[in-house]
Amino acid sequence: MQNFQSIYRSDVESDWCPGCGDFGILSAIIQALGELEIPPWKCAIFSGIGCSGKTPHFINTYGIHTLHGRPLPFAIGAKMANPSLTVIAISGDGDGYGIGAGHFVNAGRRNVDITYIVHNNGVYGLTKGQASPTLKRGAQPKSLKYPNLNDMVNPIAIALASGYSFVARGFAYNVKHLKEIIKQAIIHKGLALVDVLQPCPVFNTVDTKEKYMERIKILDGNEFPTNDIKKAFEKALDEENLWIGIFYKNPEKETYEERYSEILSSYPSECPANLKMSDEKGNPTTDISEVLSNFLC
Amino acid sequence: MIVNWLIGGPQGMGVETSANSFARSCAYAGYWVFGKREYHSNITGEHSYFIVTVSDKPLHSFRDKLDVLATFDERTLRLHINDVKSGGVVIYDAEISLSSLNIKRDDIVFVPIKYNEIIKETAEKFGLGDIKKLQVMRNSICVFASAGILELPAECVEESMKHIFIGKRSKVLEPNKYAGLTAYKYAQSFSHKIEKKLHKREEETKRVILTGTQATALGKLVAGCRFQTYYPITPATDESEFLESIAKKYNMVVIQAEDEIAAITMSIGASLAGARASSSTSGPGFSLMAEALGWSGMNEVPIVIINYQRGGPSTGLPTRHEQGDLKFAIYAGHGEFPRIVLAPGDIQEAFYMVADAFNLAEKYQCPVIVLEDKLLANSVKTINQLDISKVKIERGKILQDSQNGQTLKKFRRFEFSEDGISPRVFLGHEGFIFWNSGDEHDEFGHITEDPENRLRMHEKRMKKLQKIVEETPMEKKIGEFGNPDSKFVVVSWGSTVGVALSALEELKEKGIEFFLLQIKMIHPLDAELVKSKIKGKVKIAVENNYSGQLASHITEKTGEFFDHLILKWTGRPISHDELVSALEKIIKMNYKEKRLVLSYGI
Repeated sequence: MQNFQSIYRSDVESDWCPGCGDFGILSAIIQALGELEIPPWKCAIFSGIGCSGKTPHFINTYGIHTLHGRPLPFAIGAKMANPSLTVIAISGDGDGYGIGAGHFVNAGRRNVDITYIVHNNGVYGLTKGQASPTLKRGAQPKSLKYPNLNDMVNPIAIALASGYSFVARGFAYNVKHLKEIIKQAIIHKGLALVDVLQPCPVFNTVDTKEKYMERIKILDGNEFPTNDIKKAFEKALDEENLWIGIFYKNPEKETYEERYSEILSSYPSECPANLKMSDEKGNPTTDISEVLSNFLC
Repeated sequence: MIVNWLIGGPQGMGVETSANSFARSCAYAGYWVFGKREYHSNITGEHSYFIVTVSDKPLHSFRDKLDVLATFDERTLRLHINDVKSGGVVIYDAEISLSSLNIKRDDIVFVPIKYNEIIKETAEKFGLGDIKKLQVMRNSICVFASAGILELPAECVEESMKHIFIGKRSKVLEPNKYAGLTAYKYAQSFSHKIEKKLHKREEETKRVILTGTQATALGKLVAGCRFQTYYPITPATDESEFLESIAKKYNMVVIQAEDEIAAITMSIGASLAGARASSSTSGPGFSLMAEALGWSGMNEVPIVIINYQRGGPSTGLPTRHEQGDLKFAIYAGHGEFPRIVLAPGDIQEAFYMVADAFNLAEKYQCPVIVLEDKLLANSVKTINQLDISKVKIERGKILQDSQNGQTLKKFRRFEFSEDGISPRVFLGHEGFIFWNSGDEHDEFGHITEDPENRLRMHEKRMKKLQKIVEETPMEKKIGEFGNPDSKFVVVSWGSTVGVALSALEELKEKGIEFFLLQIKMIHPLDAELVKSKIKGKVKIAVENNYSGQLASHITEKTGEFFDHLILKWTGRPISHDELVSALEKIIKMNYKEKRLVLSYGI
């Protein structure tokens, strides 16, 4: 463990609040990368905006801190241009399920082989505690002037309905369990959602660590059938218990890269990022004469 | 010699196809063509039309007044009859009664075509069923009839049909040819009544016939761009669809994104990985890209965005022409960051400029916006064969070293280098890592709000603008035409330069001269260069917008004020005839008003 910390933990000091669930997520990511022995330079982590957005700065891999709600399309672009990269996208619940909700749903249609980790704490922490899309209706954490008027979204159910081929949830205070999920998500061929319940100790005075602990139940990997999407929906829609673990996994589903490789003549061995586009003198090597012959007159 | 031909009909009835077929036929016969397409934001039924201007000399613009009006429906006849020149020809459906439409033109030749009869006979001959479904054949009949009247060899039309009736359509090639040739023979009997002919002529130069979107796509391809994203929008989609049609051979990843924000951010992601990446869009989509443009500027990531301008604001005139996004392209996004804004003047220039845009983007590590427009996008034009040897690929500062994998190099991606440009490595580069952030960052890419760092880092980025102006050769910044000593200077940009050139040629024949200055690199503007070209002259700007955006941009940068603005914002491009008379008014007739507003065309 110490070894992974020294390789993958950058020397940037984190400015997260004491007791923040983000620390657990950071540790789980670092341990997962270490145990999978992914060279830091083979991995690119894209994040959005908010407390979660800072995560890549604390990790020694390529770390791309993007725009609010947009880490997924940035990450998809990089992966499609160079499929040999291990690509991880990180959002918060506001980032991923609010402003970035369109990308969240549409990424499912593509099943690009990347891992999407969402720090889910029910509030917009960095802007001082407004309600996020995963805060339940009627809840009133300390920053809200009146109880939340909006119903909450169910990211697990949305991911299942959108075509994600791996859907899981972890808890930031169960690092060991979360690390295993992240490892499986990275290994999984296809788009993997890891929603992480992560109390915000400063602003979410409703969904506290203790409240979570009361409701959380772990899906038993040996007993729960992860290949049954109907059962996955059942667990996702369970209002009594908060299930963590792997809800659904379908490694058979074709990735976006595979779909393109069927259309393009030699993708991904020849991919947009490794094209030899010119000779030593800078002359283009692309021959368009065949295309132009259709327009010759 | 110019022959101006128009075909019209209900949208979705194949008008565009037949116009392309006629344009190609003329090109095969050795002529230069310029085709302009006008259509509604509608799938079927509304009136659309296509003007094909044909000449024995290279063309810079279409013409208004018609030599041939080719119709197969009543509406086209009604709407365009008054544009037919004296001595011109009208092809129309013999079943339409001209007198009931109140059409009385004894100065033109009417050629009635029995469309239904020809289609019926063809159907019988080829054993084709439903006559209703064969109505689309009117297009081929109309094109062949036009050729017959103009004595354009039938084999040129047949050759062009081969390019149109491909794939599933190939089985209707023979019936279309048969029906067409029937009309051709009949129409030939009228050819002695008109003067203009399109006899086959020998042309030595090798030419291609392309639309603006095709030339743009080919420029990307040659430049090594293999990553294109888009969200469907008129008139930009044609470019991406063309790339999709040839993607297989070139291993080009073309992604239809869920919106333009995803489109541009996917491209930025691909660029970080080392691809030459691009997105093409139009005004509304470009508006959505503004925030990500800033991210690309802030993180010094090269990308090329094509904005095919159309009538704005908001949804505006979605299928019509305008040049209303110049200022927005220069300023889109919050805060200050370097970017380059280019505007090609015609289809040929679009190819070379788009290819070079990737060099500029990578050399200066910033977004490049290429402002095209609907006229440029949808026009079809014969141009000299593209010369690939004129395209060079320069990828800027890229670090070639690699670590052996034993040690990890934390790379100063934003190193304070002497010239402000720091070397790049791509995601996955062995032994290296770096960070990017939309937050202000230090040399490693980590967030910092330190004022000293901000002072230096912001200036490092912004100073690139000056460097771009200094290092870019003059011919990539401006174009100069006509008499540089003339007292009058006409300044224009984008596809409007075409009509200005066209007017310049005609007015020169009339003994009226002026100097035409095209601004190719709109931002950063080489203010000194532009000032030196316009100072002391009577300054006239010609633009397809309301406020004269280029003129005001030049004034802002040079302190030089314009005397006249020739403007048009009806959604239709400025036409040759109306610009000629507008310029005559100013140059010859001492027109005093500052604004001269044009409105020709439906």
